[in-house]
This record gives sequence, C-alpha cells and structure tokens, in this order.
Amino acid sequence: MSNESMDIAQESILNAAGLTESHLDQVFSELNYSGIDLADVYFQSSRFESWSMEEQIVKGGSYSIEQGFGIRAVSGEQTGFAYSDEINFEALIDSAKAARAIANLGQSQSVQAWRKPNDASPLYLPENPLTSLSETEKIALLALADEVARAESEYVQEVIPSLSASYEVILVADNSGNLISDVRPLVRMNVTVIVEKNGERESAGFGGGGRHGLSWFEQEDRVRVYAKEAVRLALVNLEAIPAPAGTMDVVLGNGWPGILLHEAVGHGLEGDFNRKGTSAFSGRIGEQVAAKGVTVVDDGTLEGCRGSLTVDDEGTPTQCTTLIEDGELKGYMQDKLNAKLMDTQSTGNGRRESYSHLPMPRMTNTYMLPGEHDPQEIIESVENGIYAVSFGGGQVDITSGKFVFSSSEAYLIENGKLGAPIKGATLIGNGPDAMSRISMIGNDLALDSGVGVCGKAGQSVPVGVGQPTLRINQLTVGGTA
Amino acid sequence: MSIQEQDMQLVAASVLEEAKKCGATAAEVSLSKGKGLSVDVRMGEVETLEYHRDQGLGITVYVGNKKGVASTGDLSKQAIQDTVEAACRIAKYTSEDKCAGLADAELMATEIPDLDLYHPWDISAEEAIELAKNCEQAARDVSPLITNADGTGVSTYEGNRIYANTHGFMGQNQGTRHSLSCTMVAEDDGAMQRDYWYTVSRLSKELEDAESVGRKASENALKRLHGRQIKTTKAPALYVPSLAGGFVGHFTSAISGGALYRKASFLLDSLGEKVFPEFVHLHEKPFIPQALGSASYDSEGVALREKNLIHNGVIESYLLGSYSARQLGMQTTANAGGTHNLILESTGESYEDLLQKMGTGFLVTELIGSSVNGMTGDYSRGASGFWVENGEIQFPVEEVTVAGNLRDMFNNIIAVGTDVDYRGSTRTGSILLEEVTIAGQ
Repeated sequence: MSNESMDIAQESILNAAGLTESHLDQVFSELNYSGIDLADVYFQSSRFESWSMEEQIVKGGSYSIEQGFGIRAVSGEQTGFAYSDEINFEALIDSAKAARAIANLGQSQSVQAWRKPNDASPLYLPENPLTSLSETEKIALLALADEVARAESEYVQEVIPSLSASYEVILVADNSGNLISDVRPLVRMNVTVIVEKNGERESAGFGGGGRHGLSWFEQEDRVRVYAKEAVRLALVNLEAIPAPAGTMDVVLGNGWPGILLHEAVGHGLEGDFNRKGTSAFSGRIGEQVAAKGVTVVDDGTLEGCRGSLTVDDEGTPTQCTTLIEDGELKGYMQDKLNAKLMDTQSTGNGRRESYSHLPMPRMTNTYMLPGEHDPQEIIESVENGIYAVSFGGGQVDITSGKFVFSSSEAYLIENGKLGAPIKGATLIGNGPDAMSRISMIGNDLALDSGVGVCGKAGQSVPVGVGQPTLRINQLTVGGTA
Repeated sequence: MSIQEQDMQLVAASVLEEAKKCGATAAEVSLSKGKGLSVDVRMGEVETLEYHRDQGLGITVYVGNKKGVASTGDLSKQAIQDTVEAACRIAKYTSEDKCAGLADAELMATEIPDLDLYHPWDISAEEAIELAKNCEQAARDVSPLITNADGTGVSTYEGNRIYANTHGFMGQNQGTRHSLSCTMVAEDDGAMQRDYWYTVSRLSKELEDAESVGRKASENALKRLHGRQIKTTKAPALYVPSLAGGFVGHFTSAISGGALYRKASFLLDSLGEKVFPEFVHLHEKPFIPQALGSASYDSEGVALREKNLIHNGVIESYLLGSYSARQLGMQTTANAGGTHNLILESTGESYEDLLQKMGTGFLVTELIGSSVNGMTGDYSRGASGFWVENGEIQFPVEEVTVAGNLRDMFNNIIAVGTDVDYRGSTRTGSILLEEVTIAGQ
C-alpha cells in the first residue's frame, strides 16, 4: 500500500477528529485482554455522488457523506460489536467497552507500537472520482448517452442515463498493532432505455464501471457502447417469444453470465458457511465437485476492477484464490475470524458494507478460466436448447445448493442454430450438480463490465464475475411455453 | 427522549434556515436517530452481540424548479453545513423541472393522531441471549434430524424521525420494532435443508412465544427433506401468506407513480379497469394502532387517508407522490415513500379449505430469484413447496420455477384465505391461483 493512502487516511480520519496514535493505544488498552483473540477498529470516511437524466433534462443529483467507526472484539466464536457515526475519543472508548463485553476478560496485555505494513501494491490510484470531472463534464456524459441512444433507433421513447461515483477512505487498526489504510475510488454508469414499437413496450439497461476516476468513461467510447447496447437489448426483447419451460441444454455466453459461478459455487465456498457446516460444499475439499476442466478462482487483485481491493476490510492484502481446480474443490474464501476457527489463513476476503456492519467472507472477482472450444462450436453442438447471454440477477440457498439466475437476453437454439429471442426467464439448478454437467468450456474468457452488487445477510458489496462461453447439459428453464 | 426530540426539531429547523441562506426557495429535511441491540446465538453459543446507534440527515433543496439532494450520517455543525451547501451546489446543475417541488401546502397533515407505535423493550443483552438460546433449544429438540443451526437472533430497535419542510410542516414520529428469528438445518441421507420462522412487532409482549418460533423453524426445515423436481406442467398454485404479500407487491409496483409516468408498467391507464375478479378488495389503512406500517403523513408531509386500491376487482387508486402526480396531471395519493398497511380481504376460506379447493396443484412455500418484468408483467421465479393431490400434501418439491403473466395471474385469483400473516406491511392470507406454468424435469 502506498504511503499516499496512509497520509490521506490519517489526515481525513484521525487528524480530522483530533485523534493521534496514542489515542488508539488507549482504545486498544480497553481491548487487549487475554480472553480476546482478535480486535479491530475500522474507520471509514466516504463521499458519494450521483447524477441522472430523464426526459432529456438533468433530473436528479445527490451527494452524501458517510463516516464513522466500528469496533469489534472476538473471543472464540463470539463477536462483540459496537459502532458510532461520530468519530471521537469518547465514542471510541465507549464502543470498545461495549464490544469487549462479549468476552470473559483475562489479563490485560500491553499495546505494541503501531506497524504500517506496506506490502500490498495498490490496484488503483488514491484519486477522488467525485472531483475527477467538473459538474459540466459529468452532465455531458449523461447528455452523450441520451443523444447516442435516441439516434440509435426511432423506437426509443425514453433514455435514463445515470452516473455515480464514490470515494472511500478506510483505516483499520488491529490488536496485532497493524495500522492499514486504503483509498478506494469506484465509479459506475448506467443507461436505461424504454422502447415502443407497434404498441409493445420494453426496457433494458446496460452499463459499466470500476475503481477509476470518472474520466474513464470518456475513454474507449464507453458511453456510446453502453447506450447502443441498452437500445439493442431493448429491441431484442420487443421481438421475444415466450421462453420454453422444462429441462434442456443451456449455452451461457461469456462475461456477465459468470453470475452462474457466483451463485452456484461462490457463496457455497465462503468460509463462514463451511465452518458452520451449513453449505452444500461443507467438508468436501479434495472432492470432485465440478466437471473435469472446470477451474474457478476468486481474484481480488485485478487492476481497476469493481470487485478488486488492495487490502480487504480487515487490512489483509487480497489474492487470487483457487476455489475449484480441474473440477476438484481446492479451497474456501476466508476472513480472519473464520480462518482462525478453521485453522487456516485469511484469503483477503473479509469485507463489510460499512463501519456499521461486521466483516464476513465475501467474494471479490469470481471467474472461470478458459477452455479450448470456439464459442460457435459450443452453440452448434446443441440440438435443442437455449443460448443465454445476459442476466438480471441471481440467488442461492447455500444449504440445499439450489440456485437461480434470471436471463434478460436469450435465444432458442434449434439444431445447432440460433433461433428467436425469448422472454426473460429464471434458470434453476443445484450448484454441485450443475457444475458437474458443464460439458464444454469456451476459449473466450471475459469479465463483466463492472456492474455487480452482491447481497449477503443484509450487506451489499461491489463484486465482479466472469467466465468463458459454457455449455451446461440439462438445466431447468422457467418459461411458459 | 424528550430533550433529544426538541434538539432534533431545532436541528431540522436550522437546516431549513441554512438552506434558505444558500439560496433555496423551498426545502425539506428528514432527520433520524435510532438505537438498538441485537444478539445471535448458534448451537447454544453466542455468535454476535451488536449495539446499534444510527443517525442520518437528508435534505432536498429547490431553487425554483431545480432540485438538489444531499445526506450525511455525521451531524456535526460543519457536516450539516457542508451537506446543505452540497445540495444547493447540485441544484445549480440540475435542470428546470416543472414537476419538481414540495407537495402542495394545503395537503400537509394538520392532525397527527397518536398511533401508539413506541414501546421500548427493556431487555438486557443477557436476557436477549437467554431468549434466543431458549428458542434455538426448542428448535433442536424437535427432531434428531435437526443437526445444525444457521443462527437465532433477537433484536430490538427504537427510532425517532422528523420530517420538516418550508411550508412550516414539522412532523415527528417515534417507533419501536422488535423481532425474534430462527433458522435451522435438517439433514437426512447426506442432504441438507434450511428453513426459518420469525416474529416481529412494535410491542415485545406481542412477539410469538420463543419455543413456538423455534419449533416452526425446525418443522419447516424437516418438511423440505427429500424434495424433488416434478415434471413440467400447468397447475393451480397456492401461495402461502408470507409469499402472498410479495405477490401483492408486484401489483403495487405496477400502479406506482414512477412506473406509470415513465410508461414502464403493464398496468398503464388501468384506473377504473377491472383487473382482478369481483371478490378482490385491497385497502390501505394507515391508522391501525401499533401496526408496523402505520403513519399519519407520507414522506412529503401529506396527510394520509384510508382508501381502496382495488374494489370489486376494479383499480380505484394509483400510488402517487406529488412528483409523479404532476407528471400525470393528477393529485398525489399520499403515497410518496410507499404504502401504509395494505389489507387484502379474505374470501372466507381457511388454509385447509384452500388446499381442498385446489385439489391437485402446487403449494408454494418459498420463492427465490426474481425475473419479473414490470413493463410486460412477465413473471418467472424459482420455487419450492409441496405437491398436493385431492387436498392432501404428497411430497416436497424443489428446483422448479413458476411462471406466467401477472395480468393473467391477477385475473386468475380464485380465493384469498383467512390465514392472515400480520408480520408484513401487507396483511393477506394464502392466495390460490387457477393456473401457473411449473417448469421441472
């Protein structure tokens, strides 16, 4: 981590609240008892801004400030937690006392000098995306999206472009004496269009983002790409016929359909569920849980990606963790608490929505490595089935292993050829079962465009997904026809 | 709380003053503070003990018809000033929008009845832990097949919220919310199933008995063991009350102002249209004492009133705030921020009656994922539940989907049960649908 991020964190969090390292010493003297295995203070200072356009005028703009700290004290499997929106010394001491109430306290231990490990190389610049463009330039991006979408088709009735940027500074102090900072930019743009043709109406959206400044959207024609893709998707859906109902072979496109991996295996491989033994993958390390050739990783180290983090919310550098290798279950994603209880190391997957939430094992960017098949060859291999290219979202019951994901762009495949587009439908399967029925893997790995949000236990965090084109035999498609 | 209440009112008033100084011609502010405690136990041990303390301030300023919004969780003088300035800065860049502005002054609530929503629970962390442990123990005692747990939690929260605007409206409400929930895992032949039960109320004494919550969680998980797919078919479906409320939610989304003025709803121009069978009546009753959804004004300060959304199957009201109302050339229905206690009238049959009435079909007890197209009404969701023949449950069903078009599904409602779920903001019994498409093997 760069010293620059530490300077920013100290200035905007500690100095702004009149706190020094000696105040932290005093806070940890309330937390360093032999009954407490792990304790940390997570400081956060965030700014968020969003803009949106509709009816060709700038309709919405908002700005928000979120800051505070959360203190946790862990004793065995027990966690005490308290947080405050006000960062000051009294609130820190009060919260430390509340959090430590969970433990049977033993001997008080001395506080070590603060170490500021500097071993993770930053995956993004510590820039503030809110100020990376002027307001006029931000609005120009929205206007461009509106213009491009309307020019794309005469059937476009409404265009709703939106732009958001967040700037998050975090500082984590733990009872091992580590003081770790991160400065995280995150931007996102989305274009929603409404089309109407012969009295039929449809809408669709497309967008992207990542850990950059807003000028990233000015590069590589991104705004045009988002606007044109949103119009294309909406027009395809206008022509859609009812989706089939029943079990059939399914070809999933590359990139965003990687949501399959996120739902079908990702959540089930988070350390907390496996420590508790409530996941369909619990206790199965070393077993074949997917077809041969399937290798899935969770990689928080991809530069600039939405799910990437230089360090996680416990200060652990992120890494590329192999979850499944050639079909064999290799490992779980861990935070500090679950790693300790399972006698292993954190994999840098300890994440939290904010200071007012507890960290838990969460995904970063989860994707499948490419295989050998040409995507066209995969489609041609299917006699009757569907080809699903884009999805709205998904969900999983990690205990039974049942997962769903909702297609938003899909086509029939008839005798190896793409047929009519079909309406949105839910696809449902059982994680380990579906993974074992992957019969072809494409050579076209792609990551999504940077729009994923993952929810777990009421906490949302940004994530990435990716995969090559895949064929899965016999998945249930929830249409009506 | 009373000193704090006065403090909050002073802060709200000062924010509006500050906004005017920054050039706002109108402004509205909401300010909230809350505190609470939650504990989670699992397998007889405490997992987490959390102390909550939240606060937030949101301001919307209007400079003529230009709008800016800002919010902060930091309520220091400096942060509040920065927030107001940020809202005013944003309003410099947003466009003139003839529909933007506060709700009309004459619509502001003038009477604020006491809805009896504030009942703090004087429970210590130790007592909450004890209660959660008792609940989980009852769950584990149900069967040896209950092999694992996914957490039993007790939580209590009290909040105080002020809304004020430059019409001179200042409203304050204080409320409490307490809950107990239990999630258990049943295991047999190497297959696991998880299910849960919960209770929630503004009054701790109204919470369902802890042992009962635990038992229901385990019974639900046990019943799901050995579920299987069924063959793809079309059949009647019975949605249990906890899902029926969500089904009503698809209707309320489709008649909400945002979807209507954007022409992004499958129920465009549906006011006065018969969309449901004759016997379907849906009311909004905002003033039920102690109810979770009760309030006396909406998020713009507009006085709430009782109304019919559906009467004799006909749509009688949309759900509009002042912005969407102006877009549509209509009057706000006092639904800025949503609805307050919806009640779907029962057609008089009990849950058992409904199973009999369905005869052979799919009893749906859980839905996951959501592929619901608000513009076309196309509906497809993952489901689990039970296959029913001759009114009798036969076996658990899983890994299937239910699909249809919401317009058809609304029109195909056959009955609404008396088995009302009071836990959500929509009070409804089970809903029996004539036909859905079930995709399976």
